[in-house]
Amino acid sequence: MQGQGAYAGLALLAVVLLALALVPHLVEKFYVQFFAKILIMGIFAMSLDLLLGYTGLVSFGHAAFYGVAGYALALLTPQYQAANFWTSFPLAIAASGLVALLIGFFVVRMQGIYFIMVTLAFAQMLFFLFYDTKIAGGNDGIYIDMRPVAKIGDWQPFNLDNFTHVYYLVLVMFVAVYLLLRVVLASPFGRVLAGIKANEHRMKSLGYATFRYKLACFVLAGATAGVAGYLAAVQFGVVNPEMMGWHLSGAVMMMVILGGMGTLRGPIIGAAVWMLLELWFQGLTKHWHLLMGGFIVLTSIMLPEGLVGLFSGLVRRLLGKHGPEARPGSGGQA
Amino acid sequence: MDFNIFLIQLLNGVQYGLLLFLVSSGLTLVFGIMGIINVAHGSFYMIGAYLAWSLAGQVGSFWLALPLAIALSVLIGLLLEWLVVRWLYKRDHLYQVLCTYGLILVFEELRSVLWGDDVRSLPVPDILNYSIPLNATLSYPVYRLGISVVCLAVALGLYLVIQKTRLGMTIRAGASNRDMVQSLGINIQLVYRAVFAAGIALAAFAGMIAAPVSAVAPGMGNHVLIICFVVVVIGGLGSVKGALIASLLIGLVDTFGKVLHLEVAGLKLLPELSSMTVYVLMAVILLWRPEGLFGKKF
Repeated sequence: MQGQGAYAGLALLAVVLLALALVPHLVEKFYVQFFAKILIMGIFAMSLDLLLGYTGLVSFGHAAFYGVAGYALALLTPQYQAANFWTSFPLAIAASGLVALLIGFFVVRMQGIYFIMVTLAFAQMLFFLFYDTKIAGGNDGIYIDMRPVAKIGDWQPFNLDNFTHVYYLVLVMFVAVYLLLRVVLASPFGRVLAGIKANEHRMKSLGYATFRYKLACFVLAGATAGVAGYLAAVQFGVVNPEMMGWHLSGAVMMMVILGGMGTLRGPIIGAAVWMLLELWFQGLTKHWHLLMGGFIVLTSIMLPEGLVGLFSGLVRRLLGKHGPEARPGSGGQA
Repeated sequence: MDFNIFLIQLLNGVQYGLLLFLVSSGLTLVFGIMGIINVAHGSFYMIGAYLAWSLAGQVGSFWLALPLAIALSVLIGLLLEWLVVRWLYKRDHLYQVLCTYGLILVFEELRSVLWGDDVRSLPVPDILNYSIPLNATLSYPVYRLGISVVCLAVALGLYLVIQKTRLGMTIRAGASNRDMVQSLGINIQLVYRAVFAAGIALAAFAGMIAAPVSAVAPGMGNHVLIICFVVVVIGGLGSVKGALIASLLIGLVDTFGKVLHLEVAGLKLLPELSSMTVYVLMAVILLWRPEGLFGKKF
């Protein structure tokens, strides 16, 4: 049974990957870019899930790291010239990681509600830094006129001015991030993070320096969010302070919850559902935030385990299995 | 720095700090007593300001609009507790944050539908619309002094209600053991509803009295909310005394931060960076006391 399940999972994964790889051949430009955006948000949501779902750190300022990488690309791009992909990409990720290290040094010593408020406060500090000062265009943001060039010597493996190439770069990074996080989470390091989530005091008394583990996790999550932020800057050709704003931090949190946290695939599904909802609501009315807000309120009250939880709950009920149910934060009143 | 300029900045800092206290005391009370973190709290600062502006336009008098707006915001608070917040009591903070984040979107959009996206201004009421001259050129507006006095009165009132009345005793008991209070025959649900509405009304009231001296603008609640988070983190979550001291501290640091940066412009400090001073202050205090000045240890 177990083996069959694993094969079925692998088959499903292969089908999904194949479908994703075929996207540029099947749909027009708008939807290729839309899919790329979903994948970028998927990377972003996975990076937050590392904190939220696996370590139990509720960060409400995750957009800061996403934005830092975007701004890093904008600032690394010389005027009227293109940046080098092979240097700007790692530098942008490093910038996000470094900012995560600095902020993490202060915030990971906080608990619970303090952690939420302090991550938000520091993220807003960065937001206002870019919003108020003229470092990079102030509140209008800054355009990246020339997309980074990925040349090795004279050979150019891909061209980021081509939206199909951007899509495939995003897809490759998406798969890479997924695999990386899977490996990390299965490693002893990942097990310690799970231990911290379950009971930090116990991990401390077992002799783990939980501060360092949490900080490392925070930096990894920040750097991964940086991957998404860089790709977003490449795709849209513009960065603005909204990339760091709390609306995005809230949205990505919602994607993780919507899909089901602590699963990696959940946040990906959440990102896709979120983006589709946004597209749908935007088409319905000018005041689509009203629908989005209402949706968030209802989901957070009624679906604490997200769509994956809802689905697996239905499957459990249909199969008549009554396994131990982990209900995060369930009030059970809804 | 000239003494008069110093005095003006001092008064401005105190006034800003006391206004922050009104907003952050609601936030910290709702958390301390009900265990709810309400990130939509800042929206009520905005709603208060818009209510004051809109009602003052309708009835023609700021003084008549004020009680109406307060009554309306209490009503909104009661309704919101009944509709949404009561489902969140036993939930993880994560869901409280998400749900109230959703409320921010709803309120911002409702504001856009009802009152539009333009920046509005509300004139200072006539009775208080004059200034006290300090010397030949400088003067201080009486309305700002009035704000400080009213805020102080509210702070005193809060203290008296919470510490000296039977209702306050019930509220404090509810904060430490909800079930025990319930089994003693007190309708704790009702007490919570009242506390939530009071917290909302405090934030809205702050928005109302601030409206004549600041622009009534979309998103005005967001900045206040973040600063209130800083206040609450510094003061210690759930502590009203901490909120008062941290508010004054932030008010003064922020006000003088802006002025002093201008003065040492020779040192090439960007004046825009002054908005960072409060966050730096927060970082320093967190290193020293992670639970805040008056918070309980984790």
